[in-house]
Amino acid sequence: MENLVRTAATQAADWIVVLPLVLALLGAALALIMRNNGRVTFFLALLVVGAMLACEIGLIARIWENGPVSMTMGNWLPPFGISFAADLFGALFALTAAFAGLVVIIYAETERTAAEGRDGFHALVLLLLAGVTGSFLTGDLFNLYVWFEVVLIASFGLIVSRSSALQLDGAVKYGFLNFLATALFLLALGLVYGLLGTLNMADIIGKAWGAHPAAMTAVGALLLLAFGMKAAAFPVNAWLPASYHAPPAAVSALFAGLLTKVGVYAILRSLVVLLPGSRDVLEPAIAVAAIGSLILGPLGAIAETNLRRAMGFLLIGGIGAALVGIALATPSGIGGTGAYIFHSMLTMTGLYLVAGLIERATGETDTRRMGGLYAQSPALSIMFLVLIFALAGVPPLLGFWPKLLLIEASLQFGDGLGIALMLALVFNAVLTLIAGTRLWAHVFWRDREEGLRPEKAGSRRLRYGAPAILVGVIIFLGIWPNLLIAAAKIGASDVIDPARYIAAVGLAGGAP
Amino acid sequence: MDSALALLAGLFVAAGIYLLLSRALIRMLMGVLVLGNGTNLLIFTAGRLARDGVPIVPPGLEQAVGPIANPLPQALILTAIVIGFALFSFLLVLVYRAYQVLDCDDTDAMRLAEPVDAPKPPLSY
Repeated sequence: MENLVRTAATQAADWIVVLPLVLALLGAALALIMRNNGRVTFFLALLVVGAMLACEIGLIARIWENGPVSMTMGNWLPPFGISFAADLFGALFALTAAFAGLVVIIYAETERTAAEGRDGFHALVLLLLAGVTGSFLTGDLFNLYVWFEVVLIASFGLIVSRSSALQLDGAVKYGFLNFLATALFLLALGLVYGLLGTLNMADIIGKAWGAHPAAMTAVGALLLLAFGMKAAAFPVNAWLPASYHAPPAAVSALFAGLLTKVGVYAILRSLVVLLPGSRDVLEPAIAVAAIGSLILGPLGAIAETNLRRAMGFLLIGGIGAALVGIALATPSGIGGTGAYIFHSMLTMTGLYLVAGLIERATGETDTRRMGGLYAQSPALSIMFLVLIFALAGVPPLLGFWPKLLLIEASLQFGDGLGIALMLALVFNAVLTLIAGTRLWAHVFWRDREEGLRPEKAGSRRLRYGAPAILVGVIIFLGIWPNLLIAAAKIGASDVIDPARYIAAVGLAGGAP
Repeated sequence: MDSALALLAGLFVAAGIYLLLSRALIRMLMGVLVLGNGTNLLIFTAGRLARDGVPIVPPGLEQAVGPIANPLPQALILTAIVIGFALFSFLLVLVYRAYQVLDCDDTDAMRLAEPVDAPKPPLSY
């Protein structure tokens, strides 16, 4: 009966958990209606994402002070109604996603021509943000599936936006593989409901221990495969470099920054929080996926000459790093994974935006035909190099701290597994550095025979400004990482011991 | 009945996977469709199958009398069918457009995004 009292009236303040979603969905609908009104949708999108950021900052402030926040739809008792529950990781990633979305919207405005004004770009971006935010904040497994599909539908619209042959080819591969991944997720979800009789995440935590371990391991393996495909982890990563370079740079930046991270976050939530028993059994599989992604990602990038395809391989390497913490499941490992997801969202978005600027400045997509860009644009060259260093984890930049946490965690773990993961992380950093600096040398440093296309000066400041914001944040947080590390510690403690999370949903002691 | 439907769901999934392994896009589309239906069937079976009795808890009782089918999975399937149908329609149109533009429906021949024998990267700087 205690539960009844707790949930009888959702306090107005609790609405802050769903407010970002409501804003994004309403904004998407409005942007669709007003898509014929020129630049209006751009300002609308800025306004909506700005309001989402404000909500999410408020949400984080509350979680920081009082622990996870939740609300349940329609005041149905928690295990029955659809719950939204935000712990620090969920809210932090939602905030980062909205920030990356804001930067991409600003960047895209400088790339778009007047003829493209009516393609519903802003509506789809807001819908994508709604889906991503929903995936980070939901407390219900079926609801997570619905948000995955929202993301998928929005990304389908974005990936084919100009209907070039290249885009259609990439979209076919992206479409089939992601559709298959969500079908597998749905399959696992049906089994969870059949076995446990609940889909509420907080309720699953309590009931999963009592279920048949073999059956739960099968469910965990299905979830790992489904979310691993979403995250493009080794060995189900081939679709990513085949599709992410096809759409315009702004769209691929948005995909690279957000979509794979949603997959990793889903693995973190489902395996570490919901089914820790299955995770223990699957530990070797996760470790193999992590090591495979860490090594093969940057190796692929070294062998690649198409600039954005090479970025795709570097992105896969980063997914491996995020999986390391899930394979270890120690507090510092989970903290490292959380911090890495945060860093990867910002860094990958920035890298793809800079790649878009390079392609624009040279008029080429292949690094073999680029060169000498340093003379034309030192600023671009510096941004590219900073982002590559951040990705590899060179000290004063943001990427260093998550990798430090992860390496510390794998050393503490000891054992052959910990050593193997640590070596893979270090090897990944070296290979990423080789791949990245090689690209830099090819694009910026070496001479180019024929003259460069003169670039239209026009809105160059604004165009360079968008990735410059991200580079600034990466440098600033790299020099002053205290807040991020503190957040990673708090977030990890709630993931390892979800008691506060369960209590926030309103099931404290209520779980049979 | 339950086990028969469970077997059928397994058969659907197996057939779906088999079709998805094909190189022809149209067979892959069929595979997606069959796989989706197998998934829905599995959720349906997970919610128990019972024809007698309505899933309503009588007044004054904590749970319903006798075996009843759980209505929640049926609601879940409705959602999943709608979403699956929307995505399938999109994939259908996408594949048709790809067939028109690329003039092939063989995934081995669709190598625009991943060129097969692209020249090697430069060995020097």
